[in-house]
Amino acid sequence: MSKKSMSAVWLASIVGGLVTAGDVHAQAGRDYVYIVGSSTVYPFSTVVAERFGRGSDFRTPKVEATGSGGGLKLFCDGIGVDYPDIANSSRAIKASEVANCAANGVDEIIEVKIGYDGIVIANATGAEPIALTRKDIFLALAKHVPGPRDGDLIENPHRTWRDVNPALPNQQIEVLGPPPTSGTRDAFVELAMEGGCQAIDWIKALKSSDGERYKELCHTIREDGAFIEAGENDNLIVQKLEANPAAFGIFGFSFLDQNGEKVQGATVDGSEPTFEAIADGDYPISRPLYFYVKKAHVDVIPGLRGFLREFTSERAWGEEGYLSERGLIPMPDEERSAVAAAVMSLTPLRMARE
Amino acid sequence: MAHVDAERTKRLVEASLGARHRRERLFQVAGFLATTVGVVFLAIFFWTLIAQGYSAFVQTFVKLDVEFSESELAPAGTLDLQYANFDALARSAFREYFPDVTGRSDRRELNKLLSVGPSYAIRDAIEQNPDLVGTTVSMWVPAAAIVDMLVKENIDRNLPESQRPLTDQQIAWVDRLIERDALDTRFNTALFSNGDSREPELAGIRGALMGSFYMLLITIALAFPIGAAAAVYLEEFAPKNRWSDLIEVNINNLAAVPSIVFGLLGLAVFINWMAIPRSAPLVGGLVLSLLTLPVIIIASRAAIKAVPPSIREAAFGLGASRVQVVFHHVIPLALPGMLNGAIIGMSRALGESAPLLMIGVVAFIVDVPSGFSDPATALPVQIYLWADSPERAFAERTSAAIIVLLGFLLLMNLAAIIMRKRVERQW
Repeated sequence: MSKKSMSAVWLASIVGGLVTAGDVHAQAGRDYVYIVGSSTVYPFSTVVAERFGRGSDFRTPKVEATGSGGGLKLFCDGIGVDYPDIANSSRAIKASEVANCAANGVDEIIEVKIGYDGIVIANATGAEPIALTRKDIFLALAKHVPGPRDGDLIENPHRTWRDVNPALPNQQIEVLGPPPTSGTRDAFVELAMEGGCQAIDWIKALKSSDGERYKELCHTIREDGAFIEAGENDNLIVQKLEANPAAFGIFGFSFLDQNGEKVQGATVDGSEPTFEAIADGDYPISRPLYFYVKKAHVDVIPGLRGFLREFTSERAWGEEGYLSERGLIPMPDEERSAVAAAVMSLTPLRMARE
Repeated sequence: MAHVDAERTKRLVEASLGARHRRERLFQVAGFLATTVGVVFLAIFFWTLIAQGYSAFVQTFVKLDVEFSESELAPAGTLDLQYANFDALARSAFREYFPDVTGRSDRRELNKLLSVGPSYAIRDAIEQNPDLVGTTVSMWVPAAAIVDMLVKENIDRNLPESQRPLTDQQIAWVDRLIERDALDTRFNTALFSNGDSREPELAGIRGALMGSFYMLLITIALAFPIGAAAAVYLEEFAPKNRWSDLIEVNINNLAAVPSIVFGLLGLAVFINWMAIPRSAPLVGGLVLSLLTLPVIIIASRAAIKAVPPSIREAAFGLGASRVQVVFHHVIPLALPGMLNGAIIGMSRALGESAPLLMIGVVAFIVDVPSGFSDPATALPVQIYLWADSPERAFAERTSAAIIVLLGFLLLMNLAAIIMRKRVERQW
């Protein structure tokens, strides 16, 4: 028996080897669209991929969540079936990334702006709703805050929200947010923290005189326990807020949208984080989302052009499209049609040389 | 003299007896408490998992009387599946229950209660049987996830309207469906027959299960023969010197290396250097076999060591060669132990997600893989992806997927235990 079973195992391994070798060969022509990138764009990209796959004769695109930076790196590695066709990004591509792309032969990239995402600061429903300004956010979460005199800096002494602003509740500052690897964190720091920075005149003046120091001041979040890095999983933050009504959390609008009975968003600069307010641009902490396409792959990879058409169709990204149901904030009509036209004519991105 | 000594010893023992018994009781209580704490935590874990996940095994279905109208499906006389409007068929069938809903925005609200699933179901039905055109068929199709959540009471209907995903009007519509017996909870077959989906009511773990299956197939096909051969060589043939000691230390070390390291290795060697496609079960299987190799080698060596030397000596005494001794006597006796190690290695490989993060398995893949190089995900990775989804209904599906994974692990470990008990030998 033993001899037989041993040889059966050997046989299986040899057969397995042959099968896989054949398969790898078949891989040479990829027949599905391959997408990588931001985990913020992932929920939208996957919905379009699924609808496209089910509604057409093409295979469903593969969407990998690698983060914006990681995705653009993979994307820029080269042209060919081994490399992704599309990179999702929760920020615009950087000049250095365009240069890296070009160095690997990826010189024509089409930029597709798909809409906006709001970043909300929320606490559990049932807890007291809070009205913040960006200045409050900066003073509550920055590592260093201005001292009594202009130009002075001190370690952030604020323990409670009332320390920051007498109008706020006398409640310990406790904010759960994403780690520095997250695109949401980048956007939060840039839009909320830096926005708050601008409200302090002498720091604002620094921007032109000492850009380095300005950036360090505005972009550094305190590390003394008031801001807690809660990982990339926004569901986890929602759960923690439910368990601790005194805490606030920072996450994408789509999670507020889907969990309206568990968490409530704070108003920022007098504007509530609602679909309409973000679309109108009233809500200050919102950012555009993008994806990038390799022009060389269009019409080579089956289904890529169809996927682009599906993504830029009104039923997907329109005012009442299925992406808006998932929490993507659509662009205004003219902008949408302009982007769609650029995509259909495959107009490549032109990077302003720095 | 001796008598006096014995008396003294007895006295001493009696004096310390109370303390010794106390110590023993204390130790027993501590051990019992430790076990209880462990059992309680396990019970809490299972309880929360099952309480959250069991409802995902059923799904709310809605009855639709679908009219396969000729005008929608075959406007030019011939059936045209590419451009036929299946959504319209499903929606008009659904609207039969609500003749009073006419406004555009009301209709939009109503359509949110209907999943996109029915359109695919209608498409499949007509594809299989084109004769359906012109007839009306009664179909049970999955309801949208929000309806499902409401029926399962995962959404509290007593909350203020602004705090729940359904409006008062939508809840009234769902109630009307319930009144008219058009809603039914049935076994959620989609969970086991579909690949991933962004619609919770259509999402299933079949893609992930097949991905895990292909990966494990490669893992067992590579790791077991190599691991077993290495163990046999190291135990029976290799000279015992500094080099073999070094190898032994390294193998033991490898078994304790964090699994993410194997993922990085796989990314560098299999994907970047050997150019195997990302996300393929082939890469996953290769990485997992690296991971399980040390486990199998260690278990196999232990099994070979346990074969008593007397058996080898008897065989040598009868003139058997070294290879004959090994293949006729040692391996047959050690094989159950070796297979046991392989099963334990496999169950570790099945539960691993960290090494797969690096090689592109964390991906949204709808199509169920049908080979070793089709893009695929794995069960633990599917759990990770669902846990991160904003839609509420994925929470229960995450728990359900964990229950399925635990079930498989339990089966594998049970198989290992049964095998050990049945073929175990006392020397």
